[in-house]
Amino acid sequence: MSAASETEPAAGPESEEPTRRDFIHIMAGSVAAFGAASVVVPLVHQMNPDASVLALSTKEVDLSAIEVGQAIKVMWQGKPVFIRRRTEEEIAEVSATPLSDLRDKDARNPNLGKAEATDAARATSADGEARPEWLVIVGVCTHLGCIPLGTAQGEVKGDYNGWFCPCHGSHYDGAGRIRKGPAPENLPVPPYQFLSDTQIKIG
Amino acid sequence: MSHESTYDPQTGIEKWLDKRLPVVRLAYDSFVDFPTPKNLNYWWTFGGILAICLVIQILTGVILAMHYTPHVDYAFDSVEHIMRDVNYGWLMRYAHANGASMFFLAVYIHMFRGLYYGSYKEPREVLWILGVVIFLLMMATAFMGYVLPWGQMSFWGATVITGFFTAFPIVGDPIQTLLLGGPAVGNPTLNRFFSLHYLLPFAIAGVVMLHIWALHVPGNNNPAGVEVKDVKKDTLPFHPYYTVKDGFAIAVFLLLFAAFVFFMPNSLGHPDNYIEANPLSTPAHIVPEWYFLPFYGILRAVPDKLGGVLLMFGSILVLFVLPWLDTSKVRSMRYRPIAKLWFAIFVVCCLALGWLGGQPAEGVYVLWARITTVYYFAYFLVILPLLGVMETPTEMPKSISQSVLKKVSDGTETDASGAAAAQPAE
Repeated sequence: MSAASETEPAAGPESEEPTRRDFIHIMAGSVAAFGAASVVVPLVHQMNPDASVLALSTKEVDLSAIEVGQAIKVMWQGKPVFIRRRTEEEIAEVSATPLSDLRDKDARNPNLGKAEATDAARATSADGEARPEWLVIVGVCTHLGCIPLGTAQGEVKGDYNGWFCPCHGSHYDGAGRIRKGPAPENLPVPPYQFLSDTQIKIG
Repeated sequence: MSHESTYDPQTGIEKWLDKRLPVVRLAYDSFVDFPTPKNLNYWWTFGGILAICLVIQILTGVILAMHYTPHVDYAFDSVEHIMRDVNYGWLMRYAHANGASMFFLAVYIHMFRGLYYGSYKEPREVLWILGVVIFLLMMATAFMGYVLPWGQMSFWGATVITGFFTAFPIVGDPIQTLLLGGPAVGNPTLNRFFSLHYLLPFAIAGVVMLHIWALHVPGNNNPAGVEVKDVKKDTLPFHPYYTVKDGFAIAVFLLLFAAFVFFMPNSLGHPDNYIEANPLSTPAHIVPEWYFLPFYGILRAVPDKLGGVLLMFGSILVLFVLPWLDTSKVRSMRYRPIAKLWFAIFVVCCLALGWLGGQPAEGVYVLWARITTVYYFAYFLVILPLLGVMETPTEMPKSISQSVLKKVSDGTETDASGAAAAQPAE
């Protein structure tokens, strides 16, 4: 310290005043920390979905071949999407379910924003219009990501006539809403819109 | 234990090198003349066995990587190519796949030994914590390795395990996307898992070196749990006494290893992993490899998603603070008659959790999984802290040499008559 007193006469050996050297330490440390932090961003962000993955983010589906009571699976962003053309009875059954019976009361429908999980809200596309005949949901169990059974003919549909996840026993109803088991949320509705009466665009 | 170096370079070249880089001296002091307690039993051979396991995994793994293709379209086929076309490819793959199981078998025995003989207690806390770090790295490595063959269990195991992170609010989903490199398990996931699966074993090797360093500062714990008092009376040089004992144990262990590789190479795997990954169809039962089953059992014992994930991670994290949870000053459970019983129940609970983790999550299985999960945590958080205060330990030997002599003479020797009343280990 005393060596610095030539240039800094005010700061003697006993002085509590910060010296120029303290300042240099802090500046050098900050620059190094900032540099390290800026390198972390690309190092981590490279792991996020790349451009080629994101390019596959929309999908058009022709619905004309689906009969009433049938359902299909299509791949969208590497995940299956269930499209079910529901019968009158199925619609009546899920519409009659009181909201108080639901485990998750959020519609989980990005086409609507925040809404209650009524059947109409679950079957609404980005056009803002509910078409209860068509239910479009992402077929990934909200528990740990298995594919629930119930889409193909002959598969178990669970206790609520919808879908059943074989991994840990979650039951979803005919509107894809969680009713029983460990899954915390309803099967989410993907963003989609009707291009025509028989054509939708997912994503 | 830290000791004066006894290395005496004889030849000119040894002297020349010793002045410049005393690497031979380090190896000599660590693995030849290292003073080792003379009473170590066969439970202490698993450290050496684990070192062999790591070497086998790295060696076979590097070879497999020469023939494997980390791409969703080719991965499954390239594994079959290894099995059918590559010279001795079947041997490399079976040794690697069963080697993972042998590695975990040995590490679990090694950990139970540490729990029984109090090897985590002062002054070996850092040694124990490094061991838990190695265990975590092993689990990450084994999980990512299991994804590489790109079978149905690979794919769905990866989906379920990365799905754990979605249990955390707000940060969960972005973390999962970051891990997967897309909205679901796919080619980016396979690529990065291959890269990390190749990297992590070398990280393990690095932590193993720290683990051995942390072992060589206080020296080995031992079945009596008393510290070395007199290096001459209490210890033997590592070589030849323990190189031979470890060598024999390794040979026996390799017999078991070979039995699996040559006679039942698929008995520990799941047949569904010979079906190529199909993102549209989930297998009826997703079961992890056997060595993860106890933790899977804990996960499924909890009806809440976040709660299950937290308890599962917590079951390993609790090991980090174990040295401060166990309040007993007596290391070895040989001299803790009550702790011994609770420990036995703990071992049974861990085995039961493993079995329950492989059963369907319903009915009476869930009930038992809950009971054993509660006991698992109670053992660390309630029983060990309380026992240290409440239990009266039995008479401990004064020294390692006394504990050995007492055993031989069965107490008839007058020398052993003055055994000390139970007193805390230093």
